Amino acid sequence: MNPVVIAQLGVIGIAFFMLLNSAAIMVWVERKVCALIQQRNGPNRVGPVGLLQPLADIIKLIMKEELRPKAADAILFTLAPIVSATAAFAAFSTVPFGAETTLFGLLERPIRLGVADLNVGVLVVFGIASMGVYGIVLAGWSSNSKYSLLGALRSSAQMISYELSYGTALAGVIAIAATLSMRGIVDYQAGYWFGFIPKWFIFLQPVGFVIFMIAGIAETNRAPFDFPEAEQELVAGYFTEYSSMRFAIFYMAEYINMATVSAVATTLFLGGWHGPFIPQEYGWIWFLLKVSFLLFSYVWIRWTLPRYRYDQLMQFGWKWLLPASVLNLLVTAAGVLYFHG
Amino acid sequence: MGETLLFYVFSGLAILTSAMVIGQRNPMYSVLLLVASFAMISGLYVQLDAPFIAVTQIVVYAGALMVLFLFVVMLLNDPREDAADWEKTHPLRGSGLARFGALLSLVLVVQLAYALLRTPTVSGDVKGTATAEAVSSVRTIGQVMFTDYMFAFEATSLLILVALVGGVYLAQREERE
Repeated sequence: MNPVVIAQLGVIGIAFFMLLNSAAIMVWVERKVCALIQQRNGPNRVGPVGLLQPLADIIKLIMKEELRPKAADAILFTLAPIVSATAAFAAFSTVPFGAETTLFGLLERPIRLGVADLNVGVLVVFGIASMGVYGIVLAGWSSNSKYSLLGALRSSAQMISYELSYGTALAGVIAIAATLSMRGIVDYQAGYWFGFIPKWFIFLQPVGFVIFMIAGIAETNRAPFDFPEAEQELVAGYFTEYSSMRFAIFYMAEYINMATVSAVATTLFLGGWHGPFIPQEYGWIWFLLKVSFLLFSYVWIRWTLPRYRYDQLMQFGWKWLLPASVLNLLVTAAGVLYFHG
Repeated sequence: MGETLLFYVFSGLAILTSAMVIGQRNPMYSVLLLVASFAMISGLYVQLDAPFIAVTQIVVYAGALMVLFLFVVMLLNDPREDAADWEKTHPLRGSGLARFGALLSLVLVVQLAYALLRTPTVSGDVKGTATAEAVSSVRTIGQVMFTDYMFAFEATSLLILVALVGGVYLAQREERE
């Protein structure tokens, strides 16, 4: 087989492996950072500084018994975690994580670091991310339990509400870059203004970035917007009835969704693999650093802010975030028309 | 060869899932099968070199519209779809109206058949000059939509706005009284 094809398949394999691992590492980071914020030690028994804790968790979860409520809808109950995980993995497919590389001169023509490069990549991410809600809704409905159903209802209402702001925040970037290709948007952010400010969209679209991150937190059901699984009110929300690996798959999907939102934010607002000091060939290091920082912020926010009330969440989404994002888009469009038209 | 095979797989599955939508007793399954059907049609769009339409199909129908359907079905939480007693005597179930409905369906079938027979078999013939490349371009679609089809586009958005206001009005009915 052609070495370029093998290398491309290898890149896809690495992306898949990294995503899987990101969930395990994030579980450790989450517990460790939370412990630091609350002045505790956190996991420190399994492996050095508790690093093997996720592995121990996975072994425990595999050994657990799979339970399914008698009144549950068997087909949909099985399908729900699969839909969740598939949507989480697939959404990452159009995110490019590095410049073209020949792998240190091993290949005769450069390959692209990324799973797929579509000319409508941004829309694909948006579309697949919106499919994730099916997993949650199906889980809540098929469990035939009131806590699950309430969690699923909250989740779908929340995701529908925040998806609008999420998409509108994206539209500002698309309007300036005039392309829907993720790689095209990253290329647009190469270079510097006045020689030292990187041409990242966060400086052109600060409001868009903030809206995107807030909506991203709501989309991934993270605190302070974690209503679908508000422990004090709903036991565990939509996956109350799930146990063993099926539960683990939902958990994993949530962390992979976080990684995807962070990667998309990095690509669209933080210049993707562009950055000072590191040559283009090693741009993926910048990409990893930026994604890691955003993921850390996710954890940081979760353990700093208390959960909102449900009506506050809806009010905020519809009466503040959506108008702000529409206004941002209007101003951006006017600016594009003035400077380019 | 592979492309033809894929076409038959996508279109076959689209027809199969669509038929199963109306064959289900459980409305939840109907909604999900409809989503599957939309996904298959989206696959057909990809084959026609129109990725933008394909993704829009997923975002609008599968991502937004069907989630709302699912939401409503879940709220009703009625696992079966049998007609209630009062529905059997409902004025809309009278034989005259049923016949009128059948007539309308027949007209639709005739119209569809006529339209299919009239459609030129050569593809990529949009506005005479556009190439397949241009048809799939988001820029071209946007330009055509906001110039040639401006009126239809704005009229549709007005229609949706009216529906939105109507929805809010209906939902608030109890509070006003």
